[in-house]
Amino acid sequence: MSPRTAWAVAVPYLAFFLLPLGWLALTSLWPDAELARPLPSHLTLANHVAALEDGGLARAVANSLLVSGATAALALALAAPAAFAIARLGVRGGRALLGVALAISMFPPIATAAPLYGALRAIRLLDTLPALILPYASFSLPLALWLLTGTFRALPAELYRAARVDGCTPLGAFRRVLLPLAAPGVATAGLLVFVFAWNELLFAVTFVTSPARRTVPVALALFGGEFRDPWVVLAAASTLATVPVIAVAVLFQRRVVAGLTAGAVKG
Amino acid sequence: MSGTAERRLGAALVAPAGAALAVVALFPLVATAWLSLRHRVPVLGQDRFVGLANYRALAADARFWGALENTAYFTALAVTLELLLAVPLALALHHVSRGREALRAAVLVPWILPTVVAAKLWALLLQPDLGLVARLWPGGAAAVLARPALALHAAILVDVWKTTPFVALLLLAGLQSIPEDLARAARVDGASPLRTFRSITLPLLRPAVLLALLFRSLDAFRVFDVVFVLTGGGPGHTTEPLSLYAYKTLLRAGSFGLGAAISLVTFLCVVAIGLAWLRALGERSPREPPP
Repeated sequence: MSPRTAWAVAVPYLAFFLLPLGWLALTSLWPDAELARPLPSHLTLANHVAALEDGGLARAVANSLLVSGATAALALALAAPAAFAIARLGVRGGRALLGVALAISMFPPIATAAPLYGALRAIRLLDTLPALILPYASFSLPLALWLLTGTFRALPAELYRAARVDGCTPLGAFRRVLLPLAAPGVATAGLLVFVFAWNELLFAVTFVTSPARRTVPVALALFGGEFRDPWVVLAAASTLATVPVIAVAVLFQRRVVAGLTAGAVKG
Repeated sequence: MSGTAERRLGAALVAPAGAALAVVALFPLVATAWLSLRHRVPVLGQDRFVGLANYRALAADARFWGALENTAYFTALAVTLELLLAVPLALALHHVSRGREALRAAVLVPWILPTVVAAKLWALLLQPDLGLVARLWPGGAAAVLARPALALHAAILVDVWKTTPFVALLLLAGLQSIPEDLARAARVDGASPLRTFRSITLPLLRPAVLLALLFRSLDAFRVFDVVFVLTGGGPGHTTEPLSLYAYKTLLRAGSFGLGAAISLVTFLCVVAIGLAWLRALGERSPREPPP
């Protein structure tokens, strides 16, 4: 396939993927009173303002940032040392753990929802943000473990041995030599975990009930329930919720693609 | 520090991650299995062992069979369409030269969006009075989401829109692992591009295709977000998948035992699908040429 043919094939896909988003953006700028017209006479930011104020979206964005950030930090803190140990310290059962992690990543989340709900109620975490952070971190561990084990394995084994010979403890070699070199892989894993937590709906709508603690997907999913079909405001809210992840897609495109296909290449 | 000490340190470093997986993922699964053997409705203070009664109730429950059918249909059609659409896209992504980065970033956007946004976006497009489809085709879009025959297909459309990029990127990774020399040798031997694709690219792409089918069918079978947002399972229960039925039984009806039984059936289906694909993957590998 020549590059020219490749673009000819790609253009209809681009239209299919991007035109709906363009329509969403246009609708979000559409004055509410002019919805019946074929096209708006002018554009307005009033819907975005309304979404942030009335829809409680500003609050939801803050909640989502907190939950996703904490989830990524916790998942990396658990996964990075474990991945280093599996890759370099010859832990017995390391492979088995990776296998179990892979199986867990295929669980339907609903299959764990009822006992988790009961456990979170028992420890009085139901309807708090940690009620999301803890399960999110655990369920994103498989992804982080796989990506980071691959990253540490890809670093030359001599590096670790050289650091040990130079007098580093195993932990020192991990912290001062291997972890800095693994930074791109760590960033990729953190990014994908963040996106997973930012997008998750099922646990978010199950474990949190107070409107003030809703994350972005829940706020959007339940949007309009309290109002009369505010389509333009909903469009504005959706646009606002989309901007951060689109920024991630555009800025870190290489990283995201590398991360999500890492499993496939090795498989 | 000796090798044993290193191994001990290794075990200590792995333990927290292993514990987190065990406590938050494995234990709840076992607890779900146990819960599915009980009749537990907390608001009524009911909690007793009932054996397989929940499963017998499901076997006689038309709504359960409908949900199973919806889930299977959704999975089969969505994954098939995604694969068929992803092959040309992956080839295009593989062969563009100028603007490659921009094209990949653009393709990534639907996949990285929250599924909730994707579903709301299509609900907006299909909205019967003011949506884009209604504007372009007056009368044509009339209440797509209110008609049982169409609503499930709308959910499939959203899934295809959102996930085809993911499948294409998986296939792209497979294409990139195929040595260029093979295609060049075929061209030198006078094979047409189509013949090269059929006889060389496609067979070597098989592992990537099977892997994409594995990931996607497991993921599609646990569908929740799209339907929750787009139709809420309606009209009636005509678009309700297993995850949503389980969710409503657990949280709206407060019937934990029955909800757990539906969840466990979903889990067992996912295991069966996963094993079937893994078997297909295993069968293929001996016939692959060495890398």
